[in-house]
Amino acid sequence: MDNDDSQSSQSRTQQSKTIAMDQFQSFCDQLNRRQFIKRASIGLGVAALGGSMKPLVGSVQPGLHHAAKAKRVIFLFMAGAPSQLDLFDYKPDLEKLHGQELPKEISKGQRVTTMTRGKKQEICASIFKFAPQGKSGLMMSELLPHMSKHADDICMIKSTHTEAINHDPAKTFFCTGSEMPGRASMGSWLSYGLGSLNRDLPDFVILSSAFWSGKTNVQALYSRLWGTGFLPGKHQGIAFQSVGDPVLFLSNPKGVDRKARNKMLDFVSQVNAEQKLVTGDPEIQTSIAQQEMAFRMQTSVPELTDLSQESEATLSMYGPEVNQTGSFARNCLLARRMAERDVRFVQLFHRGWDHHRQLPLHMRGQARDIDQPISGLLTDLKQRDLLEDTLVVFAGEFGRTTYAQNLTPGDRENYGRDHHPSCFTTWMAGGGIKGGISYGETDDFCYNVARDPVHVRDLHATMFHQMGIDHNKLIFPHQGLDQKLTGVEKAYVVKDIIA
Amino acid sequence: MRISFSVYFCSALFSFFVVSLTAKDTINFNRDIRPILSDKCFLCHGPDEEDREEDLRLDIPDGEQGALTARDDYFIIQPGKPEESELFLRITEEWEEDRMPPAKSHKEPLTEQEIALFKQWIIEGGEYQDFWAFVPPAKTKLAKVKNRKWASSAIDNRVIASMEQQGLKPNPEADKRTLIRRATLDLTGLPPTLEEIEEFINDKSRNAYTQLIDRLLGKKSYGEHMARYWADLVRLADTNGMHHDFDRNFSTYRDWIIRSYNDNLPFDDFITYQLAGDLNDDPTRDQLVASGFNRLHMIIDKGTALPEESLHKNVVDRVEAFGTTFLGLTVQCAQCHDHKYDPITQRDYYQLYAFFNNFNGAAETGREPERGLQPPFINLTTPKQEKVLAEFDGRLQALEFELLAINRSQGLSEKWPNKFEKVAVPWIWHESSLRSNSVGFRMTLDLTEKPGAAIARFVALPEPDSFKRGAFQGTIPRLSDVQNAEKMVAGVAKAEVFVNGMSLGNALTLNDGVAAELSNVLQPGENVITAKISGKAGFAFILEYKVGDENRTLATSSQWKAKSEGEPEWASAIEIHDPDHESVWTIRVRSEEVLKVEKQIVDLKANRIAYYHTIPGAMIMSEMDPPRQATMFAGGAYDAPDAPVERDTPGFLPPMKNKEDIYSRKDLAEWLVSPNHPLTARVAVNRFWQQIFGVGLVKTSEDLGAQGEWPSHPELLDELAITFMESGWDVKNLFRAILLSNTYKQSSDADSEAYTKDPENRHLARGARYRLDAEVIRDQILAVSGQLNDTMYGKSVRPPQPPGLWAMVNMVANRPYVADSDENIYRRSLYTFWRRAMPPPQMTIMNAPSREYCLPRRELTNTSLQALLMMNEEEYFKAAKECAKLTLERTDDLDEGLILTYETITSHLPAEDRLELMNETFAEFSDIYENDKTLTESLTPELNGAEFSKRVELAAWTMMTHSLLNLELSKVRR
Repeated sequence: MDNDDSQSSQSRTQQSKTIAMDQFQSFCDQLNRRQFIKRASIGLGVAALGGSMKPLVGSVQPGLHHAAKAKRVIFLFMAGAPSQLDLFDYKPDLEKLHGQELPKEISKGQRVTTMTRGKKQEICASIFKFAPQGKSGLMMSELLPHMSKHADDICMIKSTHTEAINHDPAKTFFCTGSEMPGRASMGSWLSYGLGSLNRDLPDFVILSSAFWSGKTNVQALYSRLWGTGFLPGKHQGIAFQSVGDPVLFLSNPKGVDRKARNKMLDFVSQVNAEQKLVTGDPEIQTSIAQQEMAFRMQTSVPELTDLSQESEATLSMYGPEVNQTGSFARNCLLARRMAERDVRFVQLFHRGWDHHRQLPLHMRGQARDIDQPISGLLTDLKQRDLLEDTLVVFAGEFGRTTYAQNLTPGDRENYGRDHHPSCFTTWMAGGGIKGGISYGETDDFCYNVARDPVHVRDLHATMFHQMGIDHNKLIFPHQGLDQKLTGVEKAYVVKDIIA
Repeated sequence: MRISFSVYFCSALFSFFVVSLTAKDTINFNRDIRPILSDKCFLCHGPDEEDREEDLRLDIPDGEQGALTARDDYFIIQPGKPEESELFLRITEEWEEDRMPPAKSHKEPLTEQEIALFKQWIIEGGEYQDFWAFVPPAKTKLAKVKNRKWASSAIDNRVIASMEQQGLKPNPEADKRTLIRRATLDLTGLPPTLEEIEEFINDKSRNAYTQLIDRLLGKKSYGEHMARYWADLVRLADTNGMHHDFDRNFSTYRDWIIRSYNDNLPFDDFITYQLAGDLNDDPTRDQLVASGFNRLHMIIDKGTALPEESLHKNVVDRVEAFGTTFLGLTVQCAQCHDHKYDPITQRDYYQLYAFFNNFNGAAETGREPERGLQPPFINLTTPKQEKVLAEFDGRLQALEFELLAINRSQGLSEKWPNKFEKVAVPWIWHESSLRSNSVGFRMTLDLTEKPGAAIARFVALPEPDSFKRGAFQGTIPRLSDVQNAEKMVAGVAKAEVFVNGMSLGNALTLNDGVAAELSNVLQPGENVITAKISGKAGFAFILEYKVGDENRTLATSSQWKAKSEGEPEWASAIEIHDPDHESVWTIRVRSEEVLKVEKQIVDLKANRIAYYHTIPGAMIMSEMDPPRQATMFAGGAYDAPDAPVERDTPGFLPPMKNKEDIYSRKDLAEWLVSPNHPLTARVAVNRFWQQIFGVGLVKTSEDLGAQGEWPSHPELLDELAITFMESGWDVKNLFRAILLSNTYKQSSDADSEAYTKDPENRHLARGARYRLDAEVIRDQILAVSGQLNDTMYGKSVRPPQPPGLWAMVNMVANRPYVADSDENIYRRSLYTFWRRAMPPPQMTIMNAPSREYCLPRRELTNTSLQALLMMNEEEYFKAAKECAKLTLERTDDLDEGLILTYETITSHLPAEDRLELMNETFAEFSDIYENDKTLTESLTPELNGAEFSKRVELAAWTMMTHSLLNLELSKVRR
């Protein structure tokens, strides 16, 4: 197989190798792989900052625009949009108006979905009871007995609003700041802006419930909701799987164990390091470091998802479903474990909230799905002194109408509610947010914001603010624009809710 | 930290050119000044009227608001005198309140270097230039260069001229192995085979390399590789991308793209067919298929968004695709307001919009479209398929005639035209029906004479309680429940009726009652009518007959007798009146013969559909006549239509040809490829260049506008664009010229300093080096393991992927990802099914896009997930084993095997010390497996029962091969 040409090319390689030999020797002297990798990954740090980019030296902490109140975020995303009227936004007066048509001066011809277009807008009071909770007296629905105990930690934002009236664009907007696909998601912005706190785990993790109680109208998700858009791919949200490997392709193939993997990486790293001397491309170093990180993840991720060391007391806080893989409860516990390990942004998705009909039936199940787990999460974070620098956010993509849909006349149990972007309730806890307060108000019909509107982009800005980031300054040039999560419209940090 | 990234990014960018600005250089406005103005100033002093401050435009020199127009008592720019120029004073202002750009813009102040550039520019006269990319490309004389030998082609002349200006020298030519590997990967997306390498190395002729390139350009895999880039650009995918994310079938469009590249269809035709192929007089199938370009946008399902919103979004998506794909501009930025940086007004935007809003089809999809084809579409039938379809239709027609004939022969309609009037029939029931599944009813009819006409209708009716207690009460059943519920209601209830011992057939429930003509069955005297009911069901029957002129009726009633199977005595039937169910069935009855023929028709139709599904189709573009009036939309909002607009192109680009009639998309396409169009050819050649070198001559290949980057080699870009157009838009010719250049052939091996100084190789002083794309990596793994299935064309295929990914995003639970199990899983990645909501992870982890939007340039990052993918993906690991098996088949010699594997995977031969390292590593792998029986056995299940040493051997070879596949050398194009 040898011939002149290949021999010459071979000797060329050897020659260039000899030239580089001295340099290489010192390199190899320490080719104790661990050490080498450590160095390489320090190199990576700089490379990851954009190669030629200078690190930002802020006045507060390196990398921050101002002092951060929160180091990480746990975002509880209720996909499908839960009804604020039945969970958080107490409207006792609606009982008297029940069954009446929503006054035109309130609805003001605002657009509605195709489902209720042209239909009578019959006001529908919630059948659920509300009661003041905690010292703050925050009103919460009877559907949330466990979460109610945390009323004094929660800041309810009743005046959240958005534009999109359908799930797909609304979710895309909430998660990426734009209704059109292609933008970077919240978590990837934070990963990009703040970098990693944990070298062995991803910065941005998605935990999606594998099952839920509301069996109606289950809305789809899309990987763009945790995509990077125009940001570098490494800021992508990593969706943990409830079946198979928690992180895709984490486990060694059959017949490969840690020894064999280690040997393989030794060989690969050495050849790559030699190659680095031939070509000088710093990207090789990054590759070596990433292979090493992958190797570490093979132990750090199973350690993360292994709940065997959790005490019975802890497990029970999250409710019985914590023992089921893929449950919201288990994901809440995993989120706490990730917070402990400084994963920057953990986003939970719980679906099944799209209650166009038989809302009470489905709502009871959905509330049960999340009530104890969220309560457990808040308690657990607090016990471990993590709540103070972990921002917990709860939100759906929009709210639901005060008027009923698919009503069975005379049957109070049987009503649904349509999509409603003009007002809905979100809440935050921990991470330097005031607890036990309610911010913003809706009108008596829960149709429009009456006071202190908070657009979703304001929520984004506030979240970033708590993380030490000025949303106007965390930018990435793309298609000629300085892209940012909050887009081109003005966004405001909701200062009044900050502790 | 990356927070001030953009600012630094830009200054880094400019400093790159500042460095290149030597003392004798004068300022080039477009290169040195405009990018800064655009980035820092245009936001408030640019094209957008809405946000303009102080009546000042810095994007234009003249006019009332122009930068060079003198103001009453001062100058914005006073040529020659920076200190008298307000612009200069304000950017250098020390007091923050007055400094430009202001703090509220969140723009950083200008750097010293930038300020120096402005100073020099104003001193030199403050001259403006038209924006380079909006002026048609111009040929310039070749540069005078020192290294004339190297500069033998036009490309090399430009490149070496620029290098010499920078004091750089070209890198030596890469060795032959590197060259054949590079060129093969670049043109076909596959590695060269050992035979191809050997042939090339043995070919000592002067034109060996030229012949190689020509051979590669002639390969079928060339078209497939090119199509992959196009797929990203036009967001080619296999699903709608929204709501249910239904499947769509665009395989014939993909096939057309592949064929067009392989046939070297002139690129102007390639563009015009896609943009407006449907508008040709008598369009060919290819032109229609190509027009599907306009249908590649996301599509939402009916009943979710408001229809007018969907319509608007689809048009916006089309306009963005047009702007990105062909103009290389961010046209979409002018949807809500005038463009902030480029002279695209909001009106311009809606004038373009008007070309695309006239789609003659639904904006949304109702349900899962049949065959993944949403109307309008065409079927691409062969003559044979047409014949088969015609046969189906012929047989269908025959059956339908038969049906008619039966009806006639039964005389139902002739003797008694109104036989199927709706009539209320009490139905009867027998208590023991609840216990028994078989009940009989009986009645006799005494006739004095044979009836002139007699028609019986009957049906089985489910038990009464099932309606009240019904499955529909209580909870809303899921889809599967509904099916069950219907089954439960319908049960297996069946009624067979006999008259005088003759069966009239089987009636089912409600919609499946039976009608029978009885005038020849009924006899004078006693006629016995019996019914046999299966299932927990009641029974309804009505016989209408004529005796003489008199109409008579016999219907089920309590006078009928009932008896369950095994009961000794006949009892009276229970008569039930149920207004909901007692009459509706009577107009839904058919005779048994009719049912039989109907069943045949149903079967035949099903067969026809099954056959029809094998026929490829293509979604096409189609226009309404008269066209839908386009309007502006205030703030870009679909529900805020504004003044009407007519189709036209933006004013800053050359005008379209004069025309009486309104312009068509075809006019738009022709305008795009007219020789004086400044953008189309530049955009195209820049992307082809990017495909080869990793970075375009204009790095921002998605944006050649004001915010885009200044080209690294402007004269070269123009040269290529003009030559491309003059060659008749000959793509292969362009690639040939690029690949034959010395610029291309340079080695990519360079020292760290070279990489640090010019990380993106913008000076082209070395060969390009970048990680291979996801598809190439996977295809290469399949190729070197001998598994690649090189079948071309056709529907998308589904290679295995980890479980649960689709379930995670599915709207409906029962839409699992079902991987193919045949050799389709080894097809090239171009054919892999691309679900927008969850694209294949093997691709996305390696930076492939979701194909939800047009993407001219993939970003490349290096992540740990990529490392995990390469290490652990089952098929990739299996390929390593298959490759190892091939090696073991070819040699028993260790060294020979190692060299063979190394060469197969990297196209190179290992140097001696590397071979030695491989030997050592191999020995260590052998050792690991030798000492771990369980591990070895689990790696080599196919050798179950074989000698252990054989199993260790395969295990060690697999790991060795697997290690080589994970090398930079294998993953990188160099």
